[in-house]
Amino acid sequence: MNHNRITTLDIATPEGVVFSLPLAGVVTRAIATFIDFAVAMAAISIVQNVLVFGFLIAPDISQGALLLMQFAIVEGYRAVSEMLWKGQTIGKRVVGIRVMDERGLNLRPSQVLIRNLVRLADALPAFYAVGGTACLFSRRCQRLGDLAAGTVVVISRKASPPDVDGVLGGKYNSFRQHPQLEARLRQKVSRDQASAALAAIVRGDQLDPDARVRLFGGMAAHFRTVVPFPEETAFGLTDEQYVRNVVDTLFRRK
Amino acid sequence: MILDLPRFVEKERPFWEELDRELDRMAQGLAPLKDITYSQKVLSLFHRACSDLARLGSSTAEPELYAYLESLVARGYAEIHAAQPRLRGFRPIHWFFQTLPQTFRRQLWAFKIALAVTVIGAVVGAILISVDPEAREVVYPFSHLSEQTPSQRVQKEESSYGIKKEMLENSKTTFSAQLMGNNIKVSINAMALGLTWGLGTIVLLFYNGVILGAVALDYIVDGQTVFMLGWLLPHGSIEIPAILIAGQAGLMLGRAVIGWGTREGVRTRLRLITPDLATLIGFVALMLVWAGFVEAFLSQYHEPVLPYWVKITFGSASLVTLFAFLFLSGTKTRSE
Repeated sequence: MNHNRITTLDIATPEGVVFSLPLAGVVTRAIATFIDFAVAMAAISIVQNVLVFGFLIAPDISQGALLLMQFAIVEGYRAVSEMLWKGQTIGKRVVGIRVMDERGLNLRPSQVLIRNLVRLADALPAFYAVGGTACLFSRRCQRLGDLAAGTVVVISRKASPPDVDGVLGGKYNSFRQHPQLEARLRQKVSRDQASAALAAIVRGDQLDPDARVRLFGGMAAHFRTVVPFPEETAFGLTDEQYVRNVVDTLFRRK
Repeated sequence: MILDLPRFVEKERPFWEELDRELDRMAQGLAPLKDITYSQKVLSLFHRACSDLARLGSSTAEPELYAYLESLVARGYAEIHAAQPRLRGFRPIHWFFQTLPQTFRRQLWAFKIALAVTVIGAVVGAILISVDPEAREVVYPFSHLSEQTPSQRVQKEESSYGIKKEMLENSKTTFSAQLMGNNIKVSINAMALGLTWGLGTIVLLFYNGVILGAVALDYIVDGQTVFMLGWLLPHGSIEIPAILIAGQAGLMLGRAVIGWGTREGVRTRLRLITPDLATLIGFVALMLVWAGFVEAFLSQYHEPVLPYWVKITFGSASLVTLFAFLFLSGTKTRSE
């Protein structure tokens, strides 16, 4: 394994901004490959069934057509999909990954072609042994095809602006009486903490009752120390209500 | 920096959503990018999103918003900074008559090496067969070549033409498809093995040369030169150059990995040759489809069904046309 391995690809734009693209790991890619293999096999099976009548009328032409279609599907399905679907195949769509230029740009058709042609070498001697090993030892989890074409596989995400209104349900938030303390809370709570609190509120119903009490108890205790609100504001609030108020404060748009 | 997040989001959200919509249109190829006003507007929206992301970088309380803006900027960057031609802009006629021969000539050094390695292999193959005729079994990949002498084969092919013709009539398309698939795979391997610093490509080309040289000498010594030319030339005139061009692509790849004579890093070197590799390998695939048809529908028919002079003329004409095309097409640049 490469110990210098990175999990995100940081791209610095000429506009002076840095953004990160999370790289897909070996296991995710292997699952996508397996799904694509299954899709290709299913497509071949469909072609075979379509050509059944052809075998009765013109067996030679049908057999030739089947061989060509098998070759085209196995070798060409991924390349065509990646060209048409901006770096995605059905398998990649299912697991939520996509191929990108390693500089964060759109893929060029020549890159798609090369990475898919070199797949033949990656698949050697069996079960993608060469490609998988290259992935494990490469810093950016690239197989030989990726290295040759200058591509990476990233976790695909098209995020939408946060919409927490549905989660919070427009409930009354006593913290709103103290806008200066709310502003301080927004500054002091880290992104990870805010994200964890939101996730806890969203998934609260899925938790075991004891775990739920313990989780919100711990979170509320932490947020109480970050920015203490006056006694009368927090009076009577359960730990979960306290965390809900914190989330409302952090994510509220108006 | 203290940022009033709610007000910030409220103020900027319409611009983000507009950029989001325009990026979707660009991705679908529906955006009127030739309209300078439109392009400037999209660019300004992208710059605004970049600036918002930079501002938000110092505020930590909006992870989802940060992720959204980061994703928006990443998409904008990919669409706006990628000036490469898209698949939609692909012009097949221009690619075939201009780009392809020009690429071949630009990378002629690699073709010359591929040819030299194959010729050396052929000489070695010929020497092996002449020194030790028993080596045929080891050298030849197909049993029908090693189990009989060329004369025996010619006699068999010419006397059993009726049976063979019937057999071929019933399996021409299948045979043709098998040949295409197999040859294209070999060619792709010749290119892909270039990643082994070009060594894999050289070994593959050398081995092909050994087989070719051994077969050629075997048939010449046995007095079957005309049969051999009639058998190999029709499809070999395209198939062998196709393998050589695939080897040319493999050697380009090998040189890019080694970095001999260049100052750029390996990633830059590979990026620079990717379009040329794709062009060459695309042409190889076309050549091998053609060669597959010719091999199944023409090469397997011998005298008295098809006179050898017809086959030899066809093969020679194919070879001359191919190299005339590669060396002469796209040499004149159109004046503006």
